[in-house]
Amino acid sequence: MDGETHLGGWLLVLPAALFIFAFTNVPLLATLASSLYAAPIAGHGGGFVGLANFRALFADPSFRTSLVNNLVYAAVTVPASVVLALAMALGVNRAIPGRATLRLFFFLPTMLPMIAVGAIWLFFFTPQYGLLDRVTGLIGRGDINWLGNPATALPAMMMVAVWKQAGFFMIFYLAALQNIPPVLHEAASLEGASRRYFFRRVTLPLLGPTTLFVMVTATINAFCVVDHVVEMTEGGPDNASSLLLYYVYTAGFRDWQLNGAAAATIVLVVILSGLAALLFAVFGRRVHYR
Amino acid sequence: MPAIRRRSLLAGTAGAAGLLAAPAILRAQEVKELSFFYPVTVSAPMASIIEEYCAQYAKETGVTVRATYAGTYVDTLSKAVTAIRGGNGPQFSVMLTAAIHTLQALDVIVPLEDIGLDKAGEDWVASFWPAFMFNTRIAGKTWSVPFQRSTMVLFYNKAAFTKAGLDPDHYPADWKSQALAAQKLTDRGASPATWGIQFPADITNGHWTFGALCGGNGFDLMNAEGTKTYFDDPKAIEALEYWVSLSKTYHATPPGVSYWSTLVPNFLRGSTSIICSSSGNLATITKSATFPFDVALPAGNPNPGTVVGGGNIYIFKHASPAQRQAALRFAQWLTTPERAADWSIRTGYVCVTEPAFSAPNMQAYIAKHPVAGRPKSFLPVAHGELSTYQDARISTLLENHIAAALSGSATPEAALKAAQTEADAILRPYQHA
Repeated sequence: MDGETHLGGWLLVLPAALFIFAFTNVPLLATLASSLYAAPIAGHGGGFVGLANFRALFADPSFRTSLVNNLVYAAVTVPASVVLALAMALGVNRAIPGRATLRLFFFLPTMLPMIAVGAIWLFFFTPQYGLLDRVTGLIGRGDINWLGNPATALPAMMMVAVWKQAGFFMIFYLAALQNIPPVLHEAASLEGASRRYFFRRVTLPLLGPTTLFVMVTATINAFCVVDHVVEMTEGGPDNASSLLLYYVYTAGFRDWQLNGAAAATIVLVVILSGLAALLFAVFGRRVHYR
Repeated sequence: MPAIRRRSLLAGTAGAAGLLAAPAILRAQEVKELSFFYPVTVSAPMASIIEEYCAQYAKETGVTVRATYAGTYVDTLSKAVTAIRGGNGPQFSVMLTAAIHTLQALDVIVPLEDIGLDKAGEDWVASFWPAFMFNTRIAGKTWSVPFQRSTMVLFYNKAAFTKAGLDPDHYPADWKSQALAAQKLTDRGASPATWGIQFPADITNGHWTFGALCGGNGFDLMNAEGTKTYFDDPKAIEALEYWVSLSKTYHATPPGVSYWSTLVPNFLRGSTSIICSSSGNLATITKSATFPFDVALPAGNPNPGTVVGGGNIYIFKHASPAQRQAALRFAQWLTTPERAADWSIRTGYVCVTEPAFSAPNMQAYIAKHPVAGRPKSFLPVAHGELSTYQDARISTLLENHIAAALSGSATPEAALKAAQTEADAILRPYQHA
């Protein structure tokens, strides 16, 4: 390769690189800087404080709870969404009557804005006359305070998240399933392979890239989508449904603790980069790209 | 950032020049357009009422007030302060009265005395009920204009009282008889169960309920300067123990946290017989209740008491002197007796002044709906709402610990001691200021 081609390449990526630099790297560096400083309180203190904001963060019980909540939330919603999405995709991939309608139903929650989803589920979770309590009422226990009990508030948030995103991931699985050449299926049935064997040894490996993509997206969602928390519980009761990004939002825009919020953002970025690296390292190697 | 500062500096200079050049009335008339933020936190059609007032004001004075709905109280403060810092904020806004210390610390508001009050203006400021001047008048200055003001009240279902063999005309005055009445009103065998009483405990509302309970115990949760809280005082612990006992001992309220938004629907459906809510819901309940109901002061220990709440109109520092004057003028117009009475009738918020209460339209409404007259008699025993520096942070941490006590994961004493420790750590820097 000669120098000219290099220059051409650089020129081509320059606009995109500039945008990424201006809108991703610069804010990240500014946040990092801000996390090491403190604003004066009542005219006292302020200036460079080193890691004091991080120490204060980990000493704050509501931050620690938010962190643990978020890890649990991710550990449940990511696998649950992936499994459900795959099951739905397999279900509507066959030639069954009303297939298009069924696909639409599964996909519907994805098209709703998260705020609308929150409003709908707020009604579903209402004690006594909400949808869930009407259903559980049929079997004799119809007064569950889903959002008002620390034990059920986080599971309730997880249900909303899975319901909202599984349909979206189903679309990707559906596309991937359609891409599996029919000849493989014919060959396998000639060899007498069982359906289960075919699924485990052929379908699942071929869906690998999709699964990796879906898992990364679901992980990002688990840390970056908190609209339903804002709308439904505001992190309560007793911090039971507070997630990291919600903590960042309240610290920054409700309490005006901008440096503390910056420190929490850095923690969030570190966790997300770590998880993404882990996913790519563990699953990326096992993913089969054709 | 420097560019924005320069611009506001220029605006300030222009305003100061105007100040010297023209008499007061002319000055205010120079401003033809104002931007105003307001929250909606009760179930009345507030947006359309405010639009209507603005339209009428434009017709009368030629000044356009662009009113923007900005969400809850917390949202409104966030949006207004973010917009001001971005150099394009509203000149004035309705915000939580209890946010006063937070707004002072953010250095975004200006007291009415600094805008300039003539004799009529001073009389107007003096006309507000004393209970509404808590968290409003601090160290000799008036920091905002009482506007959508409320008290915590109890709504109770008189038909349910009669059915349970209770006297529907006399609401219990002390904690014990209130709990026993609530117990009688509860039917846990029914499907779904009917509950005697419900107090809101969710985030943003729990501290207010707790303030009302402490008010009934003759106790304030903070000092007037907003630099200290007294969450672990025996009187506060007593109040939380009482709240917890309603579920744990009397089984008269659902366990866990009850959400504010579910209470009015529960009351209207008849599934909860007593609810604690804002007097701001009076209009909606009057319109929708299919059974006889009344409004009462929350029972106390031993005498009833409550807490005031709601929002005031704050005028922002970044507005030019002429804009501040114009904003003050609109606030004055909004609180003239007949209009304040109209606002009270259509929303349920309490009339902010005595003349508003005596206005012919208010008196006619009370003659038709006697409950609308009740909150006035509650004001003398009303305490100020929890208000400190970092108020949202302090009230949220209190609410989280209250939730722990209500759901049984901590005793009331342990919960409030933890809340006090956390609050102390946050407020310590302000105590030396």
